Amino acid sequence: MSSEIEALVGREYQYGFVTDIDADTIPPGLSEDVVRLISSKKAEPTWLLDWRLKAYRRWLTMTEPTWPNVHYPAIDYQAVRYYSAPKTAKPLGSLDDVDPTLLETYKKLGIPLNEQKMLAGVAVDAVFDSVSVGTTYKAELAKHGIIFCSFSEAVHEHPELIRKYLGSVVPYSDNFFAALNSAVFSDGSFCYIPKGVKCPMELSTYFRINAADTGQFERTLIVAEEGASVSYLEGCTAPKRSTNQLHAAVVELIALDDATIKYSTVQNWYAGDENGVGGIFNFVTKRGKAMRNAKISWTQVETGSAITWKYPSVILQGDNSVGEFYSVAVVNNMQQADTGTKMIHIGRNTKSNIVSKGISAGRGQNSYRGQVKVMPKADGARNYTQCDSMLIGNACGAHTFPYIEINNNTATLEHEASTTKIGEDQIFYLKQRGMSAENAVSMIVAGFCKEVFKELPMEFALEAQQLLGITLEGSVG
Amino acid sequence: MLEITNLTASAGEKDILKGINLSVNAGEVHAIMGPNGSGKSTLAQVLAGHPSYEVTGGTVRFEGEDLLELAPEERAHRGVFLAFQYPIEIPGVSNAYFLRSAYNAMRVARGGDEVDPMEFLDVMEEKLKIVEMDDAMLSRSVNMGFSGGEKKRNEILQMAVLEPKLAILDETDSGLDIDALRVVAEGVNKLRRPDNAAIVVTHYQRLLNYIVPDYVHVLAGGRIIRSGTRELALELEEKGYDWLLQEALA
Amino acid sequence: MTIPHWQAAFAARAGGDEPRWLAPLRQSAMASFAALGFPTRALEDWHYTSLSSIADVPYTIGSGASSTTVADLTPYMINADWPTIVLLNGRWSPALSSLDSLPGGVLVLDLATAWREQPAMVQQHLGTVAVSEHAMTSLNTALMQDGVVVVVAKDVVSNTPIHILHVADAAAEGAARFPRTLIIAERSSKVTLLESFVGLADVAYFTNHVAEVVVGDNATVNHMKIQRESESATHVSTTEVHQARDSHYVNFSMAMGATLSRTNVYTVLDGENCGATLNGLYLGKGTQHTDHQTRIEHAQPNCFSRELYKGVLDDASHAVFNGKVYVHPVAQKTDGKQSNHTLLLSPDARIDTKPQLEIFADDVKCTHGATVGRMDEAGLFYMKSRGVPSETARRLLTYAFAADVLETIENETVKHALEQLTLERYAGSAVHPVIVARKG
Repeated sequence: MSSEIEALVGREYQYGFVTDIDADTIPPGLSEDVVRLISSKKAEPTWLLDWRLKAYRRWLTMTEPTWPNVHYPAIDYQAVRYYSAPKTAKPLGSLDDVDPTLLETYKKLGIPLNEQKMLAGVAVDAVFDSVSVGTTYKAELAKHGIIFCSFSEAVHEHPELIRKYLGSVVPYSDNFFAALNSAVFSDGSFCYIPKGVKCPMELSTYFRINAADTGQFERTLIVAEEGASVSYLEGCTAPKRSTNQLHAAVVELIALDDATIKYSTVQNWYAGDENGVGGIFNFVTKRGKAMRNAKISWTQVETGSAITWKYPSVILQGDNSVGEFYSVAVVNNMQQADTGTKMIHIGRNTKSNIVSKGISAGRGQNSYRGQVKVMPKADGARNYTQCDSMLIGNACGAHTFPYIEINNNTATLEHEASTTKIGEDQIFYLKQRGMSAENAVSMIVAGFCKEVFKELPMEFALEAQQLLGITLEGSVG
Repeated sequence: MLEITNLTASAGEKDILKGINLSVNAGEVHAIMGPNGSGKSTLAQVLAGHPSYEVTGGTVRFEGEDLLELAPEERAHRGVFLAFQYPIEIPGVSNAYFLRSAYNAMRVARGGDEVDPMEFLDVMEEKLKIVEMDDAMLSRSVNMGFSGGEKKRNEILQMAVLEPKLAILDETDSGLDIDALRVVAEGVNKLRRPDNAAIVVTHYQRLLNYIVPDYVHVLAGGRIIRSGTRELALELEEKGYDWLLQEALA
Repeated sequence: MTIPHWQAAFAARAGGDEPRWLAPLRQSAMASFAALGFPTRALEDWHYTSLSSIADVPYTIGSGASSTTVADLTPYMINADWPTIVLLNGRWSPALSSLDSLPGGVLVLDLATAWREQPAMVQQHLGTVAVSEHAMTSLNTALMQDGVVVVVAKDVVSNTPIHILHVADAAAEGAARFPRTLIIAERSSKVTLLESFVGLADVAYFTNHVAEVVVGDNATVNHMKIQRESESATHVSTTEVHQARDSHYVNFSMAMGATLSRTNVYTVLDGENCGATLNGLYLGKGTQHTDHQTRIEHAQPNCFSRELYKGVLDDASHAVFNGKVYVHPVAQKTDGKQSNHTLLLSPDARIDTKPQLEIFADDVKCTHGATVGRMDEAGLFYMKSRGVPSETARRLLTYAFAADVLETIENETVKHALEQLTLERYAGSAVHPVIVARKG
């Protein structure tokens, strides 16, 4: 019976193909020279190279964290390639100049980039290994004063903004992986929404790892000026390979007074096979800073990667600011995820809302790790945490690690937790009402994830449903 | 309608049903009583096809067909309904969507067409009255946050919607206060028809004051050790099970 | 010095006509108390509450003799038509009690009569439910001198409360009393009980009460307690409950009296399909110390528990809430909800709240939450802006905070009585018309 359930959740990875393209790839290994090489390939200004070098030197003094509830063989940082770019890519050129092979790759991933076939209502920055290969709707967005471009381009075109905000939320010294990223990051996306502007379309970055043994170290920086608002989507896939690949990204969000940033992720990196061979090691630092009356909302659907280490967080700096975290994390086969959030309440009447749904199947191990910290001045802070785990079968595990630190006695905290098993009894109940086993599992999983999926923009909700092989109530019939 | 012959079943290593014989005709209500651990609930679950139990012998024919050959959902399609002792909670799935999915699954299996949400609401309107529930419960998640009485009423509502030929009520009365018990029993009574039948499994004689059975069977040690009419239930209430168990041993 | 004092009291007590089986129960309880002594803060369960202030007090054992009349008790009766048992200074007072309205199928006896007339039933249950290793429970078992036994026959449904009124008057000064309650609800029965503890005079005494509740298959016991002891008294009360399959136990604990009080409510859900609801309200003022400890033990699958405790603390009062929900490995499908909310009216008031979940099963749903708050300034401002005087607005909001847990009380008369008590505490005797209208 439980094997029947597991067969239903075990799906073939659809994005495991490799694009055969000539690449400018540097040899494996990490040193100051490599950092300098990356910087020079991108023709960066000195201040940025200096920042990278400081990060690198700091990284050398740091050790990899051992507290996450994940287990993996030691990573040999000298065996990783830190830069690989398709030779024909023209990061600063127009979309018409993009190599057809790359266009074909993105088309296969469901992200058409050519002007005629672009996704309606979604501007896409396509990042392939270490570089951005194109960004759609740039001109359209520019009319509103919105900057949406690759990080490399922003360094040249908008250095004052990058200098001001880079590292302002996640300093290079923040943690081991953030320091590594700061030293070697190659590209990523930059968004800037001017004061009072509501971004008229979804902004999106699609990350693709292609080259073998290469790490991807991208950096995303989103700045919403006073009263601005933006919804941003992030998607990721990688080929099936029998070796592990390293992904260490940093995302920084800055929501100034009265601004709103909604950041949604569907993470579908290759997860390795059923025996745990291959797959991406995903170590990501995501953090936002919300000023007065601002709101930052993280929504993530984590289905991929062999290892996930990720805690999208919000620093609730300004009074009345709001932080939200909605997460569905799915582990199957040998996948391990240690994910959650941190909500740091600094301002008065700050509010945070955490809804975490973990689904464990196969021999997967899923941990929720969440910190709620209320600082002494944060009068009237409120937190609501809901943490639900679903176990499918008997060989998987779910773990919950809440950290609650309250330094103000006017805080209000509520915590709800549940652990359920999709077992024989649940399936039997629905079968007894005439439904098939497949519909039964689909219905139970969809219901379980509903509170998170309703936070996703439409396109993403559909993609997420498809990934999990479920149909959400209301989207049919 | 239902013919059970020498049915034996086990859970893991443990034999629970040790030769059940029971025949149920259309229009009849049979009560099954017995001490804790006698196999009452197992019998109900086996008839519905619960995967935890293995049928080790005997036959069950339902309207001439071999019931044991059918998957649980096929039994449901044929008209076998089990009101669960512990109804399952399904977070995030509304009762309306769940009921409609079940209703449509049944219709399709019986060669009909699916109904759309609007048509289904019409169907629900009269069914809700049977169990004295208002339509607010349709938008709540299946059995989530329902009181014990509401869960059992929801089971009877599902029964009303799916219109089974054979309803098996597994301890539907346990833990209910007298008012909730009355509503549930009246719901069941309203659904009684000459062409359907019910098997009522209960731990408490009290229920049979409200759902009056045609036959009462006492299950002990995996066998029916005594069958009779309603008077047998009253006698059991008076004297307990020990005298019957001793007679059965003698 | 305290242990020898109680050992001497134990030796001096007249065993009289007690049944023989009781002696070893008392002796082992006394030995257990002697080994444990009065609880200190070193014990995890007593971390926030110390009984050291009374550990050395040479209490006498209450005799019950006094001149209190029925008229003196009228304000505490709630409803004089209910079957009412008065334990005056720890002793059953036939003159003050009235059992005329007792419904058929419900038996109410004093402890001595019960073990004479229902020996098998009492022996089967007395001392078998209250089994926690607590020194105070042991001391009660060793020295219990009177009490109430309630037996509800199967299928009997009684919604009229049976009122057990524990009265201490001026004669209680310097005395200790050890009342015992034993409630047995047989299969498919339902009973409602109210235990009141009232102090008629401002004198110091010590109440150490134990209640044992046996909830049979499919039975429901609705058990309420109002503690309004003398503000110089020390009050310890332990209720332990055993629940069989399909049963429900509902407890409400209102605490507003005593200088120091500790209420323990422990229930074991020992059959499938049980429900337990433990709610309470504590109102602290002056330097009162009010402690509630609850434990809900889910020992079988498919059971639920609900717990809501609220408190309002003024002046330099101190309250403790320690609620534990324990889910055994076999107790799959457990559904537990627990919350504690406290309103602090003064910067010197203090709450220590510790909601605890210990879950050893893997298919469960449990919730817990705690809030500690001060007066809702926005609400206060809103009311003031509508012309409600500041002090009235403050009282109204305080009452409203407390009132929603009172809403959970099934019996309308008891609910109304507790609402009145709360109102009087926060609104004075001049009830504001807005508040009265609110009750509908």
